Amino acid sequence: MIGFLQNIGRTSLAFLAAIGRLVLFTSSAIRWTFFPPYYLRQLGRQVIDIGYYSLPVVGLTTLFSGMVLALQSYTGFARFSAEDTVATVVVLSVTRELGPVLAGLMVAGRIGASMAAEIGTMRVTDQIDALDTLSTRPMQYLVAPRILAGTICLPFLVLVGDLIGVFGGYLVGVYRLGFNPSIYLARTMEFLEISDVTLGLIKAAVFGFLIALMGCYHGYHSGRGAEGVGRATTNAVVSSSILILISNYLVTALFFG
Amino acid sequence: MTTTPKIVMQGVTKSFGDKQVLRGIDLEVAPEESLAIIGTSGCGKSVTLKCLLGLLRADGGSILVDGVEMIDANRHQMEAMRQRFGMTFQFGALFDSLPIWENVTFRLRQRQTLSRTEARHIAAETITQLGLASHVIDQFPAELSGGMQKRVALARAIADKPEILLFDEPTSGLDPITGGVIDSLILDSVRRLGATALTISHDMASVRRIADKVAMVHKGVIIWCGSASEMDNTGIAEVDQFVHGLADGPLTLAAQAEARGE
Ligand SMILES: Nc1ncnc2c1ncn2[C@@H]1O[C@H](COP(=O)(O)OP(=O)(O)OP(=O)(O)O)[C@@H](O)[C@H]1O
Ligand SMILES: [Mg+2]
Repeated sequence: MIGFLQNIGRTSLAFLAAIGRLVLFTSSAIRWTFFPPYYLRQLGRQVIDIGYYSLPVVGLTTLFSGMVLALQSYTGFARFSAEDTVATVVVLSVTRELGPVLAGLMVAGRIGASMAAEIGTMRVTDQIDALDTLSTRPMQYLVAPRILAGTICLPFLVLVGDLIGVFGGYLVGVYRLGFNPSIYLARTMEFLEISDVTLGLIKAAVFGFLIALMGCYHGYHSGRGAEGVGRATTNAVVSSSILILISNYLVTALFFG
Repeated sequence: MTTTPKIVMQGVTKSFGDKQVLRGIDLEVAPEESLAIIGTSGCGKSVTLKCLLGLLRADGGSILVDGVEMIDANRHQMEAMRQRFGMTFQFGALFDSLPIWENVTFRLRQRQTLSRTEARHIAAETITQLGLASHVIDQFPAELSGGMQKRVALARAIADKPEILLFDEPTSGLDPITGGVIDSLILDSVRRLGATALTISHDMASVRRIADKVAMVHKGVIIWCGSASEMDNTGIAEVDQFVHGLADGPLTLAAQAEARGE
């Protein structure tokens, strides 16, 4: 019984300590983003890595999601003769929900993992200590550019993903379901509001921030050896995916109505 | 006349979880002195150097650099203090994503704006001193052998001629000739540039060449510290055994494992 209570106590303390460490890490990363020196080359590298090299993954994911969405909503809406709404359903689902979430989850797998692995390797091979000895703050050199790049690149990726997703729906709508192309396009634009797109982009910025934060945080606190880096990588992907799903609900609820 | 020691460590302790690695390190290094730190594997030599630079926060004790207490220093003081140090790490710790010339001139370029040509020139000059060909500056760390990486790390530590040099096993894994070159480079930095050096080494021949003073770490404390010439007859069984590399003595492998808390 005592052992059981001790276990609960120890786990909750460890949990609180981890939260505290994360809060400190986050505030320090944000703070250092605004102070010179600015490592623009680091930022550029990250922007290319996140914003450019993620395009194929995000494009493919949203393309097929848009396509499948058109098919599925057609099946459903045909049952009460509301086939015309397919275009609207596709564009609203993609911009408000599927675009950001799918792009977020895919980028979490790609970028979250590679950030954690890279920074974790630097931790276990003493490169982070070496930065400290060479008059460079690791928070500023490694963490701040990644978090900034994540936050600005994800909205861009999602915007591209939205277009491709809607295009996927259009392909299926026109070539498979036999909609008239100009009517499909008109329906796509008819009920779409700017706020649908901005909601998706706000979500994307939040997700980008969380992905980079988790990648950096777990890498930075990586355990020793290859095993430690492996665990950091897994933790980064799992925690950022979960945070994406939770914050997705929170942001949606905040702007609901 | 007494001069202020460059570095004083007093009762420095450090634990990882339940495992106490440093149990009170006492160490004093005079300006322009070369100290060698010896001790069995896992006894806490690397941890000692990292505590000195504040890369690991010591749990207790006192660390004075030029008479200034560093143990409770704030970030600003710590950064200022680190500028005066150059350190090499046991496994090189070169930046994988940067070519050799950017590695070597990393700190120089943080502090002042150097043109690409100037920086490459300095890098080439520094690594040729260490017996590397100058075209190596355009390669990446992963393309070099372990010994070459070690020399680049050394070049990075000395490139801007810091006052205090910390070397964590600078010659391990090198052939004896290169090892000799590095020893003379360390000596040269101390004698000619007036630097203070702390070198961790397992190579007793090299210790004899470079060290004015030798300190042996055992079970988290310094069990012996004296001039290099006194090293052979200290009357302490552990030191004798270590210095002469004997299989018989108090430092059995089992005792070492126990000292590491395994
Ligand atoms: N970051 C760390 N976390 C936990 N334990 C550590 C850490 N760094 C070092 N240790 C432990 O501290 C002890 C001393 O390590 P240290 O690296 O200082 O040994 P060393 O004297 O340099 O040995 P070697 O000659 O093999 O390099 C070891 O038992 C090691 O496991
Ligand atoms: Mg060591």
